[in-house]
Amino acid sequence: MIGVGKIKHYTNLLEKPLSRGRQEVSLSAFAFLFSELVQYNQTQVDNIAELERRLEDAGYAVGARVLELLCHREKVADSLEKGTEHEDEYMISEKELLVNRFISIPKDMGAFNCGAFVAGIVKGVLDSAGFPAVVTAHFVPMEGQQRPRTTILIKFAEEVLRREARLG
Amino acid sequence: MAPLAPKTGDAVFASIDHVNAELFTLTYGAMVRQLLTDLEEVEEVNKQLDQMYVGYNIGVRLIDEFLAKSNVSRCVDFKETADVIAKVGFKMFLGVTASVTNWDAEGTSFSLVLEDNPLVDFVELPDTFQGLHYCNILSGVIRGALEMVCNVSMKTEVTWVRDMLHGDDAYELRVKLLKQIPEEYPYKDDE
Repeated sequence: MIGVGKIKHYTNLLEKPLSRGRQEVSLSAFAFLFSELVQYNQTQVDNIAELERRLEDAGYAVGARVLELLCHREKVADSLEKGTEHEDEYMISEKELLVNRFISIPKDMGAFNCGAFVAGIVKGVLDSAGFPAVVTAHFVPMEGQQRPRTTILIKFAEEVLRREARLG
Repeated sequence: MAPLAPKTGDAVFASIDHVNAELFTLTYGAMVRQLLTDLEEVEEVNKQLDQMYVGYNIGVRLIDEFLAKSNVSRCVDFKETADVIAKVGFKMFLGVTASVTNWDAEGTSFSLVLEDNPLVDFVELPDTFQGLHYCNILSGVIRGALEMVCNVSMKTEVTWVRDMLHGDDAYELRVKLLKQIPEEYPYKDDE
Protein backbone atom coordinates (compact mmCIF):
# COMPACT_ATOMS: atom_id res chain seq x y z
CA MET A 1 0.00 0.00 0.00
CA ILE A 2 1.40 3.34 -0.96
CA GLY A 3 0.67 4.96 2.38
CA VAL A 4 2.67 2.41 4.30
CA GLY A 5 5.71 2.85 2.12
CA LYS A 6 5.74 6.59 2.46
CA ILE A 7 6.47 6.89 6.14
CA LYS A 8 8.03 3.58 6.96
CA HIS A 9 10.45 3.96 9.84
CA TYR A 10 13.95 2.95 8.81
CA THR A 11 16.56 2.91 11.52
CA ASN A 12 18.26 6.10 10.38
CA LEU A 13 14.99 7.99 10.50
CA LEU A 14 14.32 6.77 14.02
CA GLU A 15 17.71 7.93 15.13
CA LYS A 16 16.87 11.54 14.37
CA PRO A 17 15.91 13.46 17.48
CA LEU A 18 12.18 13.90 17.75
CA SER A 19 12.02 17.31 19.29
CA ARG A 20 13.29 20.04 17.03
CA GLY A 21 13.70 23.78 17.35
CA ARG A 22 11.00 24.31 14.79
CA GLN A 23 7.57 23.24 15.94
CA GLU A 24 5.36 25.53 13.97
CA VAL A 25 4.61 26.89 10.55
CA SER A 26 2.40 29.81 9.70
CA LEU A 27 -1.32 29.25 9.90
CA SER A 28 -1.75 30.58 6.42
CA ALA A 29 0.66 28.01 5.01
CA PHE A 30 -1.59 25.35 6.44
CA ALA A 31 -4.72 27.13 5.25
CA PHE A 32 -3.40 27.37 1.68
CA LEU A 33 -2.39 23.74 1.68
CA PHE A 34 -5.70 22.59 3.08
CA SER A 35 -7.69 24.62 0.60
CA GLU A 36 -5.74 23.08 -2.27
CA LEU A 37 -6.40 19.65 -0.81
CA VAL A 38 -10.13 20.36 -0.80
CA GLN A 39 -10.13 21.89 -4.26
CA TYR A 40 -8.17 19.02 -5.74
CA ASN A 41 -10.56 16.51 -4.26
CA GLN A 42 -13.51 18.46 -5.60
CA THR A 43 -12.34 17.64 -9.09
CA GLN A 44 -12.18 13.96 -8.32
CA VAL A 45 -15.69 13.46 -6.99
CA ASP A 46 -19.29 13.93 -8.09
CA ASN A 47 -21.01 14.73 -4.87
CA ILE A 48 -20.55 16.03 -1.36
CA ALA A 49 -20.66 12.72 0.44
CA GLU A 50 -17.78 11.42 -1.62
CA LEU A 51 -15.81 14.60 -1.01
CA GLU A 52 -16.27 14.26 2.72
CA ARG A 53 -15.23 10.62 2.53
CA ARG A 54 -12.03 11.51 0.72
CA LEU A 55 -11.19 14.22 3.21
CA GLU A 56 -11.89 11.81 6.01
CA ASP A 57 -9.55 9.26 4.47
CA ALA A 58 -6.84 11.87 4.17
CA GLY A 59 -7.39 12.88 7.78
CA TYR A 60 -7.31 9.26 8.85
CA ALA A 61 -3.84 8.87 7.42
CA VAL A 62 -2.76 11.93 9.37
CA GLY A 63 -4.34 10.73 12.59
CA ALA A 64 -2.73 7.33 12.42
CA ARG A 65 0.64 9.04 12.50
CA VAL A 66 -0.07 11.93 14.73
CA LEU A 67 -0.68 9.70 17.71
CA GLU A 68 3.05 9.39 18.19
CA LEU A 69 3.50 13.11 18.12
CA LEU A 70 0.49 13.92 20.26
CA CYS A 71 2.55 15.24 23.13
CA HIS A 72 3.44 18.32 21.08
CA ARG A 73 -0.10 19.54 20.86
CA GLU A 74 -0.88 22.47 23.10
CA LYS A 75 -4.35 23.33 22.07
CA VAL A 76 -7.19 21.58 23.83
CA ALA A 77 -10.63 21.47 22.26
CA ASP A 78 -13.36 23.63 23.71
CA SER A 79 -15.26 20.82 25.29
CA LEU A 80 -15.64 17.09 25.56
CA GLU A 81 -19.04 15.75 26.39
CA LYS A 82 -20.70 12.46 26.68
CA GLY A 83 -23.77 11.94 24.52
CA THR A 84 -27.01 11.58 26.42
CA GLU A 85 -28.74 9.17 24.12
CA HIS A 86 -26.26 6.39 23.69
CA GLU A 87 -23.66 4.93 25.99
CA ASP A 88 -21.06 4.72 23.30
CA GLU A 89 -21.12 8.28 22.01
CA TYR A 90 -18.84 11.16 22.90
CA MET A 91 -18.62 14.60 21.42
CA ILE A 92 -15.79 17.05 21.04
CA SER A 93 -16.90 20.50 20.08
CA GLU A 94 -15.04 23.47 18.87
CA LYS A 95 -16.30 26.94 18.18
CA GLU A 96 -14.19 27.65 15.16
CA LEU A 97 -12.49 24.60 13.82
CA LEU A 98 -9.12 25.39 12.30
CA VAL A 99 -9.95 23.88 8.95
CA ASN A 100 -13.27 25.65 8.71
CA ARG A 101 -11.89 29.07 9.47
CA PHE A 102 -10.72 29.87 6.01
CA ILE A 103 -13.19 27.91 4.00
CA SER A 104 -16.49 29.30 2.86
CA ILE A 105 -19.03 26.87 1.52
CA PRO A 106 -20.71 27.80 -1.73
CA LYS A 107 -24.51 27.62 -1.50
CA ASP A 108 -24.84 24.62 -3.75
CA MET A 109 -22.68 22.56 -1.46
CA GLY A 110 -25.06 23.01 1.42
CA ALA A 111 -24.21 20.50 4.05
CA PHE A 112 -20.58 19.92 3.23
CA ASN A 113 -18.28 20.09 6.16
CA CYS A 114 -14.51 20.29 5.98
CA GLY A 115 -14.51 19.03 9.51
CA ALA A 116 -14.57 15.67 7.77
CA PHE A 117 -10.81 15.99 7.60
CA VAL A 118 -10.54 16.48 11.35
CA ALA A 119 -13.00 13.64 11.94
CA GLY A 120 -10.65 11.50 9.90
CA ILE A 121 -7.70 12.53 12.05
CA VAL A 122 -9.55 11.65 15.24
CA LYS A 123 -10.59 8.30 13.80
CA GLY A 124 -7.00 7.59 12.80
CA VAL A 125 -5.73 8.42 16.28
CA LEU A 126 -8.35 6.29 17.99
CA ASP A 127 -7.86 3.35 15.66
CA SER A 128 -4.11 3.35 16.16
CA ALA A 129 -4.61 3.53 19.89
CA GLY A 130 -6.84 0.48 19.77
CA PHE A 131 -10.19 2.21 20.15
CA PRO A 132 -12.00 1.71 16.87
CA ALA A 133 -14.86 4.12 16.35
CA VAL A 134 -17.03 5.77 13.77
CA VAL A 135 -16.22 9.46 13.78
CA THR A 136 -18.20 12.15 12.01
CA ALA A 137 -18.27 15.92 11.93
CA HIS A 138 -21.43 17.97 12.30
CA PHE A 139 -22.38 21.59 12.24
CA VAL A 140 -24.43 22.67 15.19
CA PRO A 141 -26.08 26.06 14.75
CA MET A 142 -25.79 28.20 17.87
CA GLU A 143 -28.11 30.91 19.09
CA GLY A 144 -26.73 34.35 18.56
CA GLN A 145 -23.61 33.26 16.68
CA GLN A 146 -23.01 33.70 13.01
CA ARG A 147 -21.06 30.57 12.41
CA PRO A 148 -22.15 27.24 13.75
CA ARG A 149 -20.02 25.21 16.12
CA THR A 150 -18.47 22.10 14.76
CA THR A 151 -18.94 18.94 16.73
CA ILE A 152 -16.97 15.78 16.22
CA LEU A 153 -19.13 12.83 17.12
CA ILE A 154 -17.34 9.70 18.24
CA LYS A 155 -19.24 6.47 18.39
CA PHE A 156 -17.12 3.70 19.81
CA ALA A 157 -17.32 0.21 18.44
CA GLU A 158 -18.97 -2.56 20.40
CA GLU A 159 -15.74 -4.23 21.35
CA VAL A 160 -14.42 -1.10 23.03
CA LEU A 161 -17.42 -0.92 25.31
CA ARG A 162 -17.25 -4.59 26.10
CA ARG A 163 -13.59 -4.22 26.97
CA GLU A 164 -14.29 -1.24 29.20
CA ALA A 165 -16.99 -3.18 30.98
CA ARG A 166 -14.62 -6.09 31.56
CA LEU A 167 -11.93 -3.81 32.94
CA GLY A 168 -14.55 -2.47 35.33
CA MET B 1 4.42 59.78 5.29
CA ALA B 2 7.46 57.58 5.31
CA PRO B 3 6.76 54.04 4.15
CA LEU B 4 6.80 51.37 6.86
CA ALA B 5 10.16 49.70 7.22
CA PRO B 6 10.21 46.21 5.82
CA LYS B 7 10.02 43.63 8.55
CA THR B 8 12.57 40.90 8.91
CA GLY B 9 11.45 37.36 8.36
CA ASP B 10 11.64 36.59 12.05
CA ALA B 11 9.51 39.55 12.99
CA VAL B 12 6.78 38.63 10.55
CA PHE B 13 6.82 35.02 11.59
CA ALA B 14 6.51 35.99 15.22
CA SER B 15 3.54 38.24 14.56
CA ILE B 16 1.29 35.79 12.76
CA ASP B 17 -0.74 32.83 13.89
CA HIS B 18 0.96 29.48 13.92
CA VAL B 19 -0.10 25.94 13.54
CA ASN B 20 1.66 22.79 14.65
CA ALA B 21 4.30 21.94 12.05
CA GLU B 22 3.60 18.24 12.24
CA LEU B 23 -0.02 18.78 11.28
CA PHE B 24 1.20 20.69 8.27
CA THR B 25 3.73 18.04 7.34
CA LEU B 26 1.25 15.21 7.71
CA THR B 27 -1.44 17.02 5.74
CA TYR B 28 1.02 17.56 2.91
CA GLY B 29 1.92 13.89 3.08
CA ALA B 30 -1.75 12.93 2.86
CA MET B 31 -2.11 15.11 -0.20
CA VAL B 32 0.89 13.61 -1.97
CA ARG B 33 -0.44 10.15 -1.15
CA GLN B 34 -3.83 11.00 -2.67
CA LEU B 35 -2.18 12.29 -5.80
CA LEU B 36 -0.09 9.16 -6.10
CA THR B 37 -3.12 6.93 -5.69
CA ASP B 38 -5.16 8.88 -8.22
CA LEU B 39 -2.56 9.61 -10.82
CA GLU B 40 -0.22 6.66 -10.35
CA GLU B 41 2.48 8.10 -12.61
CA VAL B 42 5.24 9.86 -10.74
CA GLU B 43 5.73 12.43 -13.48
CA GLU B 44 2.04 13.29 -13.42
CA VAL B 45 2.19 13.83 -9.70
CA ASN B 46 5.26 16.05 -10.06
CA LYS B 47 3.37 18.13 -12.59
CA GLN B 48 0.26 18.42 -10.47
CA LEU B 49 2.20 19.50 -7.40
CA ASP B 50 3.91 22.18 -9.40
CA GLN B 51 1.12 23.39 -11.57
CA MET B 52 -2.47 24.29 -11.51
CA TYR B 53 -3.92 22.38 -8.70
CA VAL B 54 -1.38 22.86 -6.14
CA GLY B 55 1.81 24.85 -6.13
CA TYR B 56 1.04 27.52 -8.67
CA ASN B 57 -2.45 28.16 -7.28
CA ILE B 58 -1.06 28.67 -3.83
CA GLY B 59 1.71 30.93 -5.11
CA VAL B 60 -0.61 33.39 -6.79
CA ARG B 61 -2.61 33.85 -3.59
CA LEU B 62 0.31 33.72 -1.23
CA ILE B 63 2.01 36.71 -2.80
CA ASP B 64 -0.76 39.07 -1.67
CA GLU B 65 -0.52 37.97 1.89
CA PHE B 66 3.23 38.11 1.74
CA LEU B 67 3.30 41.70 0.51
CA ALA B 68 0.66 42.77 2.98
CA LYS B 69 2.27 41.27 6.05
CA SER B 70 5.90 41.94 5.36
CA ASN B 71 5.79 45.54 4.14
CA VAL B 72 8.50 44.77 1.67
CA SER B 73 8.93 47.60 -0.76
CA ARG B 74 9.33 47.06 -4.44
CA CYS B 75 12.44 45.10 -5.22
CA VAL B 76 14.93 46.97 -7.31
CA ASP B 77 16.19 43.96 -9.16
CA PHE B 78 16.02 40.23 -9.39
CA LYS B 79 18.87 39.80 -6.93
CA GLU B 80 16.93 41.60 -4.26
CA THR B 81 13.87 39.54 -5.08
CA ALA B 82 15.86 36.40 -4.52
CA ASP B 83 17.04 37.53 -1.11
CA VAL B 84 13.58 38.54 -0.05
CA ILE B 85 12.12 35.18 -1.04
CA ALA B 86 14.76 33.30 0.87
CA LYS B 87 14.94 35.38 4.02
CA VAL B 88 11.43 36.68 4.46
CA GLY B 89 9.16 34.54 2.35
CA PHE B 90 10.29 31.13 3.45
CA LYS B 91 10.61 32.22 7.06
CA MET B 92 7.17 33.74 7.11
CA PHE B 93 5.33 30.72 5.84
CA LEU B 94 7.43 27.74 6.68
CA GLY B 95 9.42 29.04 9.61
CA VAL B 96 12.77 28.29 7.99
CA THR B 97 15.23 30.40 6.03
CA ALA B 98 16.74 29.50 2.73
CA SER B 99 20.02 30.81 1.35
CA VAL B 100 20.67 32.23 -2.08
CA THR B 101 23.74 31.01 -3.96
CA ASN B 102 25.23 30.34 -7.35
CA TRP B 103 24.22 33.42 -9.26
CA ASP B 104 25.01 33.07 -12.90
CA ALA B 105 26.95 35.67 -14.88
CA GLU B 106 23.94 37.59 -16.17
CA GLY B 107 22.22 37.66 -12.83
CA THR B 108 19.12 35.94 -14.12
CA SER B 109 19.41 32.63 -12.42
CA PHE B 110 20.12 31.61 -8.84
CA SER B 111 19.85 28.73 -6.46
CA LEU B 112 17.76 28.59 -3.34
CA VAL B 113 19.18 26.21 -0.80
CA LEU B 114 17.15 24.79 2.06
CA GLU B 115 18.61 22.59 4.72
CA ASP B 116 15.58 22.35 6.88
CA ASN B 117 12.26 21.62 5.25
CA PRO B 118 9.05 21.11 7.21
CA LEU B 119 7.36 19.39 4.29
CA VAL B 120 9.55 16.34 4.55
CA ASP B 121 9.75 15.55 8.24
CA PHE B 122 9.53 11.82 8.77
CA VAL B 123 9.39 11.13 5.06
CA GLU B 124 11.41 8.66 3.11
CA LEU B 125 10.82 7.75 -0.51
CA PRO B 126 10.35 4.08 -1.28
CA ASP B 127 12.32 2.76 -4.26
CA THR B 128 9.37 2.72 -6.62
CA PHE B 129 8.92 6.45 -6.26
CA GLN B 130 12.43 7.64 -6.73
CA GLY B 131 11.39 9.93 -9.57
CA LEU B 132 9.01 11.83 -7.34
CA HIS B 133 9.89 15.40 -6.47
CA TYR B 134 8.09 15.30 -3.17
CA CYS B 135 8.42 19.03 -2.55
CA ASN B 136 7.46 20.09 -6.02
CA ILE B 137 4.80 22.25 -4.50
CA LEU B 138 7.58 24.70 -3.61
CA SER B 139 8.58 25.22 -7.21
CA GLY B 140 4.97 25.93 -8.13
CA VAL B 141 4.52 28.33 -5.26
CA ILE B 142 7.62 30.33 -6.21
CA ARG B 143 6.60 30.45 -9.86
CA GLY B 144 3.06 31.54 -9.05
CA ALA B 145 4.11 34.16 -6.55
CA LEU B 146 6.67 35.75 -8.84
CA GLU B 147 4.22 35.95 -11.68
CA MET B 148 1.72 37.80 -9.59
CA VAL B 149 3.98 40.39 -8.01
CA CYS B 150 2.12 43.55 -8.75
CA ASN B 151 4.55 45.92 -10.34
CA VAL B 152 6.57 43.59 -12.38
CA SER B 153 5.46 40.13 -13.27
CA MET B 154 8.33 37.67 -13.56
CA LYS B 155 8.05 34.51 -15.57
CA THR B 156 10.43 31.97 -14.15
CA GLU B 157 11.44 28.42 -14.54
CA VAL B 158 12.09 26.50 -11.34
CA THR B 159 13.87 23.18 -11.27
CA TRP B 160 15.26 20.86 -8.61
CA VAL B 161 18.99 20.46 -8.37
CA ARG B 162 19.37 18.68 -5.07
CA ASP B 163 16.79 16.75 -3.09
CA MET B 164 17.47 15.29 0.34
CA LEU B 165 14.92 12.55 -0.21
CA HIS B 166 17.08 11.37 -3.07
CA GLY B 167 20.15 11.21 -0.90
CA ASP B 168 21.58 14.70 -1.36
CA ASP B 169 22.66 16.83 1.56
CA ALA B 170 20.21 19.70 1.07
CA TYR B 171 17.31 20.91 -1.04
CA GLU B 172 18.36 23.12 -3.89
CA LEU B 173 16.02 24.82 -6.32
CA ARG B 174 17.27 26.60 -9.39
CA VAL B 175 15.22 29.69 -10.25
CA LYS B 176 15.72 31.12 -13.69
CA LEU B 177 14.19 34.36 -14.82
CA LEU B 178 12.72 33.96 -18.27
CA LYS B 179 10.92 37.23 -18.79
CA GLN B 180 9.97 40.34 -16.86
CA ILE B 181 6.70 41.95 -17.81
CA PRO B 182 5.98 45.36 -16.34
CA GLU B 183 2.34 45.69 -15.54
CA GLU B 184 0.36 47.62 -18.09
CA TYR B 185 -2.39 49.82 -16.85
CA PRO B 186 -5.65 49.39 -18.70
CA TYR B 187 -6.10 53.13 -19.09
CA LYS B 188 -3.88 56.14 -19.35
CA ASP B 189 -4.45 59.10 -17.10
CA ASP B 190 -4.38 62.05 -19.42
CA GLU B 191 -5.58 60.77 -22.73
